[in-house]
Formats: sequence, structure tokens, C-alpha cells
Amino acid sequence: MPFVTAKTQKRAYDVIVVGSGAAGGQSAYTLCMDGAKVLMLEAGRRYSPETETPMFHTPDVAPLGGADTPDKPFGFYDATVDGGWDLPGEPYVRASEEDAGRFEWWRARMLGGRTNHWGRISLRNGPYDFKPRSRDGLGLDWPISYEDVAPYYDKVELLIGVYGSNEGLENTPNSPPGCLLPPPKPIVSDYLIAQRAKRLGIPVIPGHRAVLTQPLDYQRSPARLHPGNAAAQRILAADMRSRGACLWATPCGRGCSVRANYQSATVHLPPALHSGNLDIRTDAMVYEITLGKDGRANGVSFVDRISGKQRHAAARVVVLAASACESARLLLNSRSPQFPDGLANSSGKVGRYLMDTVGSNLSGQIPLLESLPPLNEDAADGHQLYVPWWLYQDQHAGKLGFARGYHIEFNGGKRMPGFGTAAGLEWLTGGSYGARFKQDVRRYYGSFVYFDGRGEMIPNDQSFCEIDPKVKDQWGIPVLRFHWQWSEHELKQAAHMQKTFADIIDAMGGKPRDPPQSDGAKAIAPGGSIIHEVGGAIMGSDPKTSVTNPWCQTWDVDNLFVTDGAVFASNADKNPTLTIMALAWRAADHILERMRRKEL
Amino acid sequence: MDRRTTLKWVLAAGAAWPLVQRRAAQAGTPLAARTDVARAAAAPARGYGRDPDLVANYHPGELWPLTMTAVERRLAGMLADIIIPADEHSPGASAVGVVEFIDEWVSAPYPAQQRDRTLVLGGFAWLDDEAARRFGKGFADLDTPLKHGICDDICDESHAATERRDAARFFALYRDLTAGGFYSTPAGRKDLNFIGNVPLTRFDGPPTALLEALNLL
Repeated sequence: MPFVTAKTQKRAYDVIVVGSGAAGGQSAYTLCMDGAKVLMLEAGRRYSPETETPMFHTPDVAPLGGADTPDKPFGFYDATVDGGWDLPGEPYVRASEEDAGRFEWWRARMLGGRTNHWGRISLRNGPYDFKPRSRDGLGLDWPISYEDVAPYYDKVELLIGVYGSNEGLENTPNSPPGCLLPPPKPIVSDYLIAQRAKRLGIPVIPGHRAVLTQPLDYQRSPARLHPGNAAAQRILAADMRSRGACLWATPCGRGCSVRANYQSATVHLPPALHSGNLDIRTDAMVYEITLGKDGRANGVSFVDRISGKQRHAAARVVVLAASACESARLLLNSRSPQFPDGLANSSGKVGRYLMDTVGSNLSGQIPLLESLPPLNEDAADGHQLYVPWWLYQDQHAGKLGFARGYHIEFNGGKRMPGFGTAAGLEWLTGGSYGARFKQDVRRYYGSFVYFDGRGEMIPNDQSFCEIDPKVKDQWGIPVLRFHWQWSEHELKQAAHMQKTFADIIDAMGGKPRDPPQSDGAKAIAPGGSIIHEVGGAIMGSDPKTSVTNPWCQTWDVDNLFVTDGAVFASNADKNPTLTIMALAWRAADHILERMRRKEL
Repeated sequence: MDRRTTLKWVLAAGAAWPLVQRRAAQAGTPLAARTDVARAAAAPARGYGRDPDLVANYHPGELWPLTMTAVERRLAGMLADIIIPADEHSPGASAVGVVEFIDEWVSAPYPAQQRDRTLVLGGFAWLDDEAARRFGKGFADLDTPLKHGICDDICDESHAATERRDAARFFALYRDLTAGGFYSTPAGRKDLNFIGNVPLTRFDGPPTALLEALNLL
């Protein structure tokens, strides 16, 4: 039985993987498909997207029309259960409550973690993104280059299914033939944005998302992914065949019962379970990595959230994939006489260089999009097109006043009517009510466009997490305290986003809902709110200044690995999930190789 | 109790937050805990929790008790139908369950909804006070033109007289709630000719003729 309990958990495993999201799912998948015996520990409950997803549910059958509440921060139908920025019994501490120093920590305590609700945007980092310091003298270089990671981007795209196109733009890598699925058709507002942005010199190209615009190539991809491993090929082929293609309806953030988008629980875990090599224990809140007398990791201790009892699991190798901050917390809480400042922390860098994505948004109303005929614009649920960062040369020449770029995500169209459809229209209607209000709503429905900037933050010494000396969670586990500070680079970037959005809206003949914000400090979303936090156990080439080596292996404990976003040495504008998976696959290959050589 | 003063106090305390700002404001103190509007602090039931059944169908009153009085519900329906009346395309708001939706909303145990409760019930009281002051009757007993006369004064917050600015905030919220309830229903979707949320084997994008007409090709 793959889901185990205290009674059925085995005495020892080859590898323990802490966490079941993008990093944990990919780590376990790669290890299990090549024969390693893996125990996955997930703090939240078991979750089955096939039966729990509110596919096609309409807002009239949801509480409060599906509006967000503290219980469901992204709305009732968001896939996340037992998650949010504030979890009962699981506090964290902010060193500052000021907006400028505010960091919010999202957690999703459920099988698959935050892969259940994420935007599925799957962009590759480019060559510049691994060597930012070499390019502009700021931040940190990674000890690896794009060429090291590229083969793993290929593999992840083939495995999970990512649509997109190859445009050959600067620092926006192409994928080899056969890796990407065809991009979806744009909707009317996409066409208009593309036309008008291009007049401003801003490129608009197909997005990249982990959504199956057509069935996966189950005949060829398994052999490309698992050469020489017939069993893995067979399992993967069967699993790829069983995934449905996109239904062009019902939002991805609810999850997908036909498995047409990527969730760890629908893509990584089923084949890993079919291999017979994966045991999963849910409701297991890991709080410490345990050490043998030799100073190497020999397992982890966890709280069984159902019984409240403390338990242990043993393995030859421990992989942390608990999310950047949770993995840092685990290391810092694993103190011993040998490691008084926390495990793998001889550099003092655990918890350091915490980063999020710079976020800012602006919406506008476009008269050209008013009163269009009925259209089904559900499409791929957004991100049919996007704007990659396009000002590399101006920026490198010092013309922008900030060092790193951003991409633009946008949306529009005649989405499912609901609570927001006719809310706050006074700025357009002059406060109409009655028959005129109904006419106004028909006129304006579908005429709004929404722009979101997603930009790179440079790591700094003022943004980090540490263990709070006093506060503990409901199980008595010491919690994190967050320190946060943006630099001028991020604030100016956020202001630049606002101006760009307003320029595009103007070029579309529309007007912005609010005036664009020229003060970056007011334009920028609080730290953590974009939920792209990375860093905290960065990889490097020097044990004195980094926590892991280029293989995600901690410098101090050779059988302890970190495969989530904690190892990121920079946080490119590209959404981190695809890179997390690529690095996790690469690290798992390395673990397998070392195990074959009896080094682990 | 002087309802007008109460409403003013409640509004000054920051109840009328734009709906779009709610997400950022969830952590605020429930205003109902501090207000003296009658029953505004009706003992809240529990919410649906962090792990509700997402595939069940829910109806107002199932998760927490509805708390509006019969008099309030009558006024709620009347005002909802002033905002969204029946026309040749679709029914009026009260005919598709908007009163129940609003009752569920103002009865919900969450901070944002508790703030809205204060504003909605305070606004109802203001309507009656205003009707009594000007016409010597309750709002519900006014003829339609007189009701519209009062609504005209408060339907646009940016142009409302200073002393009616708070009532205009109430009207804006109530219009958002009414429209939120109405356009969430099958009748509301039909009114907007919404044709999505159906499974398709392929997505072809917009018709070429439309793109040509818009000069987008």
C-alpha cells in the first residue's frame, strides 16, 4: 500500500523526501523510476484532484458566490485546502509590520502543496539568469550555467507537458524540437494587446504553461526520458496515455480532475507510485533531521498530526523539498552539539538571501472591447500570450536606473460572470442603477484588461529568515521570523511596470482603472505575496558562502540534499517552478549516481 | 437610538472599503464587535473552515443561519429590484435569489462580511430615516418615484452631498452585492450571453470575421 501509516511504514528507505510539491514530486519521481525506495513525508492531508476538484461549478452554488474569505484566501473554489498566509496553530513572526518590511508566508498543507493552485506558468531561466553578478556586478552567480540545466528543462517539459513556442529572443531560451506542446489560440483582448504593445516596441509572444493543449506523446517521450529503462518507459507511457487534454474550460487554479494540467498529485506521484518504490505518509510534520554517530543524516523526526505523536523515519539519504522557507526552518531547527547553529549552516547562510518576485498590477477599460458578440473566451485560462523582458540592452547600458527585468502577464475576455463582474463600475457608469445599470453591465462586460508585472529581485543582506527565540507552533516547533527589505532596483522596477501598463492601455485606446503609480514603494506588492519565495539555502561554489554545492547537496552533510527553491542564488523574473523541477531532477540523478557508486 | 448618528459612526470607522481592497484587509478587527447598531453583532456562526467539501452544492442558510428580519428582507428585495429590475432580457434580482444571497453575506462570520453587515443594516436604517424625514413614511411604503428620488441622491458617491456621502457608500456596496448575487446565477450569465464553462474538444479562438472587423489581423 503506497500511502503508509505508523504500522505500514518500512524500517528504512533509500531516500526520505520531505514535501510533495514541485520539488518533492520531481525528486521522488526521478528516484523511484530508477529503483530507489523512497518515503515521502507530507505535512498536510491526502488529496485527490480526480474526485475533489469543483470542475465546472458555478458561483451560485458556492458559499458567498465563491468570494475569498480567511478560510479560502483565493476564493472558495481555489484548490488549496488547509493553506494560506495565516494558518491556525502555525504562526510566524515578522520583524516589521511596516509595509516596506513586510513579508507574508504562504503555505499549503496538502498533498501536492502549492502545485495545486499555481498559475502553471513554466518559463525557463536564460543564460543571463544563472550568472547575474558576472553581467552587472550585483547579487550572486549560480555555480551552474544554463547549459547545465537545459537538458533537465527539456526532460521536465516532456514529462509534465508545457505549451509554448520558440521565438529566439534574448535570454528567453528555445526548447529543442518536440519538447513543447502547441500554444493555445489567443482571445480578442490578447490580439489587441499584442497589436498595440508591438507599436510601442514591446514583444508579445505565446506563453508557456503546464497545460496539455493536446495529449502527450506517450509513444516517444518515455524512451527519451528513461533510455534503457523499460519498466520506467512502460509505466510512464501508460500514465501519459491516461492524462486528458485540456477541456478549454473551468479554471486551472481549482485543480484538474482529468489531469490536463500539472499538479504533483496528478503528474509526478501516480507513475512514482506505480513503480512500487514510493511510500507516502501524509499528516507528517517534519521538525528535525536526525544524525547518526558519524555525523551524517540518518532520518527525520516528525509529528503525526492525527495522533499528535512524535515519530521517526530512517533512510540513507534525506532530501528536503518542503518549500524554501520550510526547508530553511528545518535546517535551523536541527541543532546538535556538532551543529549548534543548525544543520548544514557552517557558512551561516541558512535562511539568508530570501527572495520573492517583484509584483505590481494595473487594470484598464478598453472601449474597443465593449459590446462584442457572444464569445467563449475561457481559452487556456489565461497566459495564452505574454511579454518577456525586452529591454536587456537598454538596461545593460544603464539607461533604466534599475538592474533587472520583468515579464508581463495579462488577461481579459468574457470570463465566467460572478462577484466581480459588475462591482465598482461607478467610474464608468456615474453610478447608474435600474435598467440603465443592466445595460451598462452588458456594455462593459469583457472590456477590461488586467496586467501583472513579475520581476527579478536581487538578493540582499536585509531579507532573511531565522528562528524566533520565543514563538512555537501548535506542536512546539520553533517558528520563523522574517526580515524583509526591497532595494531601489525593485522599487524602480515596480514603477517602470506601472508606466508600461499605462502606456499599453493608452495605446489600446483605453483608460486605466487607477492612475499608474509612480512611487515604486506604493506600486510594489508586499514581500511573499507573489508566492515565489526562493533562497534560504543557496547553492554556490564555496562552502564558506553557500549552503549546498552545485548538486543541491549540503556542504556539511553529504547525504543531505535540498531540492526546492531554497537553493536559488537569484530569482529571475521567470516563475520559479519549472526551474525547481529541473534542479530537483538533476539532483536526483546525482543521488542515484552516487548511490550506484556506493558513495551514499 | 439615533440611527443616523450610528451609521455615521460606523462609516467613519472604515466600513465602506472597496470590495477590491478586501483581500488585503482580511486581518482587520471585526467592526461588529465594536458597533452599537442593533443586532449588528449577531452571534456569528462558524465559517466553513479551511477544508470544506469543494464539490458539494451550497445554498444560503446551510452553513450559517440567515439573520435578516422579515422587514429587512422585504427592504432588501425592494432595493435589489430597484438596482436590477426585470427587463426584456432577464428577471429582476429578487426573483433569482439575490435576497437570500445578501442575507447569507451579511450573516457570514467573516470579518469582511461582518463589516458589510454593519454598513448594509445601517444603510437600511438610513433609508427609513430619510424617507420619514422627507415624506413621513418608511422607505418601503413610498411610491416608486419617491424611492428613486432618494436613490438618485446616493447612487454616485463622487457626486453625493457631503452629508450623504456615507449613505452613498452604502448604496455602492449594496449595488455590488446585488450585482454579485445576480450575475452569479444562470439568469445573470444568460443576461450577459456567457457561453463558456463548457467542455470543448478544441479551442479555435475568435472568429476571423470578428478579428477582421476589429482590424486585428
